[in-house]
Amino acid sequence: MIQIENLHKSYVMGHNSLHVLKGLELGIEEGEFVSIMGSSGSGKSTLLNILGILDDYDKGTYYLGGKLIQGLNETKAAMTRNKMIGFIFQSFNLISFKNAMENVALPLYYQKVSRKRRNQIALEYLDRLGLKDWAHHLPSELSGGQKQRVAIARALISQPQIILADEPTGALDSTTSFEVMEILKEINDQGKTVIIVTHEHDIAAMTKKIIRLKDGVIEEVIKNGELQLFKDRVRTE
Amino acid sequence: MFDIDRWNEIWNALAKNKVRSLLTAFGVFWGIFMLIVMAGSGKGLQNGVSEGIAKFAANSAFFWAEQTSEPYKGFKRGRNWHMDSEDLQYLRDKIPEIEYITPKNFTGRWGNGSNVIRGKKNGSFNVKGDYPDYVKIDPATVLKGRWINDLDIRDKRKVCVIGEKVFESLFDPKEDPLGQYLKISGVYYQVVGLIRAETQININGRTEESISLPFTTMLQTYNMGNQVHFLAITAKKGVPVSVVEDKVKEFIKKKHSIAPTDMQALNSVNIEKEFKQMSGLFLGIQILTWIVGIGTLMAGVIGVSNIMLVIIKERTKEIGVQRAIGATPRTIIGQIMLESVVLTTVAGYIGLSMGVGLLELVNRIIENAPTKSGDRAFFAHPEVSLTVAVSALIILIIAGLFAGMIPASRAIQIKPIDALREE
Repeated sequence: MIQIENLHKSYVMGHNSLHVLKGLELGIEEGEFVSIMGSSGSGKSTLLNILGILDDYDKGTYYLGGKLIQGLNETKAAMTRNKMIGFIFQSFNLISFKNAMENVALPLYYQKVSRKRRNQIALEYLDRLGLKDWAHHLPSELSGGQKQRVAIARALISQPQIILADEPTGALDSTTSFEVMEILKEINDQGKTVIIVTHEHDIAAMTKKIIRLKDGVIEEVIKNGELQLFKDRVRTE
Repeated sequence: MFDIDRWNEIWNALAKNKVRSLLTAFGVFWGIFMLIVMAGSGKGLQNGVSEGIAKFAANSAFFWAEQTSEPYKGFKRGRNWHMDSEDLQYLRDKIPEIEYITPKNFTGRWGNGSNVIRGKKNGSFNVKGDYPDYVKIDPATVLKGRWINDLDIRDKRKVCVIGEKVFESLFDPKEDPLGQYLKISGVYYQVVGLIRAETQININGRTEESISLPFTTMLQTYNMGNQVHFLAITAKKGVPVSVVEDKVKEFIKKKHSIAPTDMQALNSVNIEKEFKQMSGLFLGIQILTWIVGIGTLMAGVIGVSNIMLVIIKERTKEIGVQRAIGATPRTIIGQIMLESVVLTTVAGYIGLSMGVGLLELVNRIIENAPTKSGDRAFFAHPEVSLTVAVSALIILIIAGLFAGMIPASRAIQIKPIDALREE
């Protein structure tokens, strides 16, 4: 699903150049449930931005679903994002003056789906996430967990191939965090590739594969079977 | 553009920020309101003045004698002279381009006392000696009776035609003035007509405060010999009155032994010239109106642009999210431009309507106000033409586009990641 080879990315700030990703190699298969970890400055946000086509890279190749993602103009990038990627953010990023249903339906608006049809689909997704009764509430009237579920519904509605979640539980208490992770797990069980960026070990431990970044390259990859080991190690650390 | 969702989007964005939208809109509203009110008032002034003078023969010129300013043929400078009755026929013969030529004489309101008496009532009025043709140059409505006619002139009848103010001061409102007698400077005249001037141009006093006698009667009664104080001339169709004016001056000077180069001896007013000057004045007013109006409008539009910029700044995150989940730059630009156009157009339209409404209100008030002849204000039918209204609307839409352009380009410069990072 995702094939990244020799990926380089630096940020130029005035006269200084900050080399963030230094020849990163990464392969993620379809249907994987992956978490990307790393201390701040390790390049995980940069990687996520590149994965989400929110940012360009300097060198290397990035294939998403067999398609080379390189030097897209803004319009093409937007369309690709819309069709192939579902975003979930730490701070939910719902549009404050739209109710839950309209927020969920937004990606379909950009696909020019008729209002009636996309609201209907949005209601179906909200129903699946148990928020049907809240469809006409504004984000400000929802709890954190509910907001994140609305955001998940919005990420799912365009039926993307991968879900990118940037600290999806960062703003939630632990109970709600686990609920959200349960939902992401279910989504993954239905065959979607889910990639989350987190710095919380217990959240990462709920995924099937952990990629640890350090200084712009992958330090280690921990597969499913080794997760128990990882957990123990984390405890002792 | 005609996608209901997009309108919904705009409505939401504006409605959620009511105060800000209103404040923004007010600038544009005020701009267009002022433009309309000023343009309408300018037009009203023009209409008022035009109506006041419209019926006056535009191709007319007037002449009166002044002291000479140059010595000529043995006469010294500063000589008092006057035109005479013979000049009329003389000019007619010499200048075929003349259509009407009428003399006019005056006996002023000499002294402080009243010059007109009727029974116990009296008053001080202008007394003029007129020819029948005069009403062809300065039209008047005959309210009662008739104007001076040829028989009056031929027989030097002691009759008079009075203006409205004269009637008011000397008669009871219900009284019929016709057939009654007025004692004017010691001589009795029978009233044969009551007139109201149709124009706002007054020669030697307002028509409503004047009494007209037959020209010949005046000459004889007041011992004026064959003097002519004042000459009114109109040119035939197709002939510029300036041409006639020049010729009249030339012949009169020749006949009365005045130096051809004497610019002062025979004074004149050329109505055509005055009209042209007036048109120039109104053009000036119009241009000024548009400059000031568009300036005000520009201030409003810049306000819109400014506030849209602030809105963009505030909505950075929202725009970032929208772009992350698939909004193309075009969608964002379209959205912001349309928001700006809608805001300016709606605000402008309200300003336009209220401006027109105000003008209409003023118009009603003016029209319902009791008007008497001569009391008419120099202001009538303030209005804006369809062209002005339509061009104002077009300016608004274009202005809205301009106002939206800078914020929109700023908005697409926002990178989704930057927007999302901003907390």
